[in-house]
Amino acid sequence: MTDYTDKIKEIAKRVLTEGKVEMVIGFRKGTLPMMNQPHYATSAESANELIWDSNCSLNLANYLTDKKGKIGIVAKGCDSRNIVTHVIENKIKRDQLYIIGVPCTGMLDHYKINSMFDSEILKVEESGDKITITGNGFSETKSKQELLAENCAVCTHRNPVEYDELAGDLVEEQKDVDQYASLTKVESMSADEKWNYFEDLLSSCIRCYACRNACPLCYCPTCFVDESRPQWVGKSQDPTDVKTFHLLRAYHCAGRCTDCGACERACPMGIKVREFTKKLNKDCLELYGWEAGLSLDERPPLDTFKTDDPDEFIK
Amino acid sequence: MKNFLEHTGIEPGRLHFSWISSAESTKFVDVVKKITDEVKTLNPANKKYVKTEPKVD
Repeated sequence: MTDYTDKIKEIAKRVLTEGKVEMVIGFRKGTLPMMNQPHYATSAESANELIWDSNCSLNLANYLTDKKGKIGIVAKGCDSRNIVTHVIENKIKRDQLYIIGVPCTGMLDHYKINSMFDSEILKVEESGDKITITGNGFSETKSKQELLAENCAVCTHRNPVEYDELAGDLVEEQKDVDQYASLTKVESMSADEKWNYFEDLLSSCIRCYACRNACPLCYCPTCFVDESRPQWVGKSQDPTDVKTFHLLRAYHCAGRCTDCGACERACPMGIKVREFTKKLNKDCLELYGWEAGLSLDERPPLDTFKTDDPDEFIK
Repeated sequence: MKNFLEHTGIEPGRLHFSWISSAESTKFVDVVKKITDEVKTLNPANKKYVKTEPKVD
């Protein structure tokens, strides 16, 4: 995917000098391997810093909330779905945006790669679908497919759904992947086992809220966890508070989550926070036939009412 | 919501939803009776839903 870089730079410089946009939001190289940073390019020179590779898994739609003026944004499949969600939720106007679409072949799981080696990784390079990981005294080449982040491995919307210009040819969408395979294990457990599974999953949570901050859906001016009058949830490390936070965070994303995986990537403790949102995505698909961010003309299931909405749970 | 909470380990039968108008007193009584009966059969919750004391390691 590194060959998109030149095209992205070229488009960004063009739209900036033509005055079509005031800035282009993209990625630049980070200071650590596998860690690219979001970058606001406001001039042709700063557009030179823009890059694209398999470590751009943060979701740039997060930086669009309530922005003024004309903005260019680099968007892979999931980013573009979150841009659509932003437009639907009136957080940005479509005509403010110039979307540079990037057909994506998946992003790397930095946790997985880090856990493969005992010593520090100093460099990660990619060429085509081969990833070369280099550190002190070792260098290994692996295929990208086996290093993909879990959400990318089961992604069925790799191409952007909404764009003004593409940085490369559209890629073939993955077929025959079971998007919800990770849920089946939990679904087959008994209630007690499920409870313990999630207690265990969240036991390392430090309540840093990185998952919330990385999420493009979490744009409330004051989040319910930061509110102190009334205080909805305790600020302690008590398992009850931790679970309340995670359940509610996920529920606020119901029918809106695009499974971009930004929450999981941002988590410093490596908690699989997608386990929660994934279940809600599955329910939305099964109950309402809905996948978030695919069309600008449809309202999400939780803000519309239909007489044939499923209501077996209510008596 | 119900699906989701039950997915995270709350026993089916502990969580109930109902729509009752303020004029439907008899329905309210019936529903509450039914809920208490059903929940009683589940035995006391051994899970920690309510925070009691600060946990100190």
